[in-house]
Amino acid sequence: MRLLLGSLFAFAVAALVGLGTTWLTLAGSTAFGAVSIGAWTAWPRTGTTSIDPYARAAIARTGQLPLGLGDGVAFYARGDDNGRLFDGRCDVNLQGITPTARFWTLTLYDLDGRLVANSLNRHSFTSQEIIRNTDGSFEIRIGPRARFGNWLPTGGIDRYILVLRLYDTPVGVATRSGRETPMPSIAAGQCP
Amino acid sequence: MMRLLLWLLGGVLLGGIVHLATVLWLPRTATQDAYSRLQQIAPINAVTALPAPAPDKVLLPFMDPAFATAVCRYDLAKGPLQFSLNVSQAYTSVSFYTRFGIAYYAINDRAAGRRVIQLDLMTEKQHSEMPQDEDVTTADRLIVESPTLTGLIVLKALAPEPGLMTMAQEALATARCRQQP
Repeated sequence: MRLLLGSLFAFAVAALVGLGTTWLTLAGSTAFGAVSIGAWTAWPRTGTTSIDPYARAAIARTGQLPLGLGDGVAFYARGDDNGRLFDGRCDVNLQGITPTARFWTLTLYDLDGRLVANSLNRHSFTSQEIIRNTDGSFEIRIGPRARFGNWLPTGGIDRYILVLRLYDTPVGVATRSGRETPMPSIAAGQCP
Repeated sequence: MMRLLLWLLGGVLLGGIVHLATVLWLPRTATQDAYSRLQQIAPINAVTALPAPAPDKVLLPFMDPAFATAVCRYDLAKGPLQFSLNVSQAYTSVSFYTRFGIAYYAINDRAAGRRVIQLDLMTEKQHSEMPQDEDVTTADRLIVESPTLTGLIVLKALAPEPGLMTMAQEALATARCRQQP
C-alpha cells in the first residue's frame, strides 16, 4: 500500500515537473546560441542543421520557418534598451545603423507573429524605403499616432515584437557584439 | 518523512526524463507545423505562390511582408527533383527545409552567381547511386542532399518597395520544381 501510494506520488511529481518545464521552456524563447546586441537578440544557429532540440520543438509548435543562415539572420526585440517591454500605446524611437547586409527589413508583429492592422497598411520598412540622414544613419518612429519621417504604426496594441532581418550578411553564428555589428538603439519616447 | 523525500526526489528525476522525452518527441507529433499547414494549399512537387501575410490571415507566423514567397512541397520517394528559378532584379533566395522545418541549405542570387538558380535535389542514397559520369557531374549542376524524403523548398523574392511586389511575384512564377524524367 505504501509502495503504491509512494510511486503514485512520484509519478505525479514527475508528470508535473516534466510537462511543466517543457511547457515553460517552449512558451519562452530559450534556444541556445543567442547573439545579443543591445535590445536585439538573434539565434543564428536556429537557421542551421545544428539547431538545438528546444528550438526544434518551438518551431514545430508555432509553425514558423526559421530564416536559413545562407539567406539571412533575424534579430528580435521585445523591449527598449532599458529592458522595458514595448507598449503599443507609447512612442519608441529606433536610431542608428545596421551591420553590413545587402538588404534589411524591419517588421512589427504581435506576440503570435501576426502583422498588426493599421490605417496605413504599413507593417514594415525595407532598407531601400527608409529616409536616411546625410551620414547614412536613420531614425524610425514607432507609435500609435502619425509621425513625420519613417513612421511604423503600432495600431495601439498592447505588446509587440520588432524583427530586424539582415539578408546576405556576414553576421552569423560567430558574431559577437562589437564595432562590426552596430545595431540601432531603441529608446522609449512619450507615453500617454 | 525521509521516505517521502526519497519519493519526491525520485519523482523529480523522473520528471527530468519526461521533460527531455517530450521536448525530443514534440516535433513528430506537431499537427500545426509549417509542413502540415502548407499541406492544405501546396500540391506535391510543384511550385505554389503563398498569399501575402496580412493581419487577419496567417498561414505561417513571422513571415516577412516585404517578400513574395512561394513554396515547393517535395517528395523524393519516386526520384530526384529538378529545380530552377530565374532571379529577380532585387534579392532572391531559395531555402530548403526538412519535413520538420529545419533549414538545411539556403542559397541566394549572388551566391548562385548567375541569372538563374538551378539545382538537383536528392537524398543521400540517390546521390550515391548516381552514375559517376564526368559529363553529369560538371560544375554547372549544383546538387543538394535532403536529409529527409519530404520537405519544403521556400522561394523568396524581395520587393524593396511595395510597388515592386508584382515584379517579385513574376520572378517567382518562373520557378520550376519537378521530378526528373
